[in-house]
Amino acid sequence: MDNEMTLIFPSKGPNVAFARTAVVAFLLPLDPTVLELNDIRTAVSEAVTNAIIHGYGNKTGTITLRCTLRERRIVITVSDTGAGISDVQKAREPLFTTRPAEGCGLGFTVMESFMDKLTVTSRVGEGTQVRMEKELTGQREEEEEGERDDE
Amino acid sequence: MDWNCNVEGNRLLVSIRGEIDHHTVQALKAEVDQLCQRHRIKHIILDFEGVDFMDSAGIGLLIGRYRYTAAQGGLTVAACVGKSLRRIFALSGLGRLIPVYTTVEEAKQSI
Repeated sequence: MDNEMTLIFPSKGPNVAFARTAVVAFLLPLDPTVLELNDIRTAVSEAVTNAIIHGYGNKTGTITLRCTLRERRIVITVSDTGAGISDVQKAREPLFTTRPAEGCGLGFTVMESFMDKLTVTSRVGEGTQVRMEKELTGQREEEEEGERDDE
Repeated sequence: MDWNCNVEGNRLLVSIRGEIDHHTVQALKAEVDQLCQRHRIKHIILDFEGVDFMDSAGIGLLIGRYRYTAAQGGLTVAACVGKSLRRIFALSGLGRLIPVYTTVEEAKQSI
């Protein structure tokens, strides 16, 4: 099934939950696994949180969330027109954070690990676009794997 | 998200319910930090039984409390980490610092 949606909302904290819940609702007709849904909503949560905290900081700006579905491939873009990232490669390094009191520097690592592909484009003073892709396999075996203890 | 904090001697039990993200976790961090100072808390048990979603803000919560208890010579432990949370726990590598127990009772006995 092909489908798409665009959400535009202000960079306010409660909208992180709204954004991830909206993406889950958008994907539900495809009958994804619990594990797939959880991966995607976690990645969306990270991307929208980054846009709020790092993109806009103390100011309120606009965040655009786009979801495009082609067959079972979901492409999600989260865009802001905020501060931008001066060194994207550095920002993507695990545990790198510009705000150690607030975050743990795992946002991009989570997006990269939980989705199939992550692309980050940014220009200082113009904003950041995070593009994430994932193929929904719907294979329940994956879910069983997720039920095992990680330890 | 909501939570209950119970002070038991020098131990603090925090039972969390709902969804943990950067926005929701701020007030919880503030309350836990305040209780730790006021009651000279040494050990913290974080009970995730009622948590159905957590992003990296939850990892930040755990790392911050781990740093505090480590400085007191104490422990931070986690209990009832559900299936949907285990992937982010594993990704963070926190298992090496913060023991995870199946029940709150087991977590209490470990301290």
